[in-house]
Amino acid sequence: MKEYNPEYVGTETKYVFVESPTTTPQDLAIAAYEVAMGIMIKETCFGVQVTGTPDEVARVVERLRKLDPFHVFIKDRGFPPGDERRCRANLGGSRPGYLGHEYEIGLSRFISHGLKETDTMKPEELKKSAQPFKREPPLDIGELSSIIKEET
Amino acid sequence: MAKVFIYPATSLMLSDLVARFGHKPLGSALSVREHIQAGGFDSPPLQITPEDPKKGLHWAAVEVPSGVRGRMSLYGPLIEEAEAAIIIEDSDFAFGCMGCARTNELLIFLLKQKGIPLIELSYPKTKEEGVTFVASIKTFLAELGGGEE
Repeated sequence: MKEYNPEYVGTETKYVFVESPTTTPQDLAIAAYEVAMGIMIKETCFGVQVTGTPDEVARVVERLRKLDPFHVFIKDRGFPPGDERRCRANLGGSRPGYLGHEYEIGLSRFISHGLKETDTMKPEELKKSAQPFKREPPLDIGELSSIIKEET
Repeated sequence: MAKVFIYPATSLMLSDLVARFGHKPLGSALSVREHIQAGGFDSPPLQITPEDPKKGLHWAAVEVPSGVRGRMSLYGPLIEEAEAAIIIEDSDFAFGCMGCARTNELLIFLLKQKGIPLIELSYPKTKEEGVTFVASIKTFLAELGGGEE
């Protein structure tokens, strides 16, 4: 049995994703280092990870969000960067959780467009735009089988 | 500032939008962080202790599989804390093993049972739906009050 020594106790880590035609992860990393004042910044292929005390992290991520407000997305991370249980350097293959990020980043262009459009909307206009969209229900199984029968 | 539970609990977009409009997103990262910084794991790299499925009994009955109860020990406290919730229906990436699927069903059931303000949406698939998606969340969060508009 190995003793467990938690690392970075009392800190929090935030992911900062960028999916923008004008801002790169490198831009984020440089801007983050400018205001880091000693907290940990890790540049990644999708943006940066910021680790430090909650106040320091909030200060840095708010600065990064201002760089490109409609294309920068921020979320909490449970594990610190490089944690052996998550880091793909130790595991091989994609990091657990990567697929979720990959999926949602694919939708970011729609969300970015939505953020830009709603930014200047008044509350009444927002309410009007907030009508839930309904998609057509998926093809009925009976209908599908009748199509197959017709075709064969 | 309201505490808003997000489903899927690992969602980047929901977490970002809730925080962006001045509220606190409650996602799995918060529980995981608390869990791994507290220590108490007997055999790292295991990330769960024998106590966790017991804690999960508060939200799931004893005959429910331990995998669901273990997950509920992470999500349960967040649901207790939640003052509102945003749910994405049929979110493809929340798909997982049976443990995940049953926990997801239980999460949505508990959120609806709790009677807190709740909004159900789908992921946008076009730019127009993106506007609707953001406008719905922005309106919902503004109605909760206390945000930073």
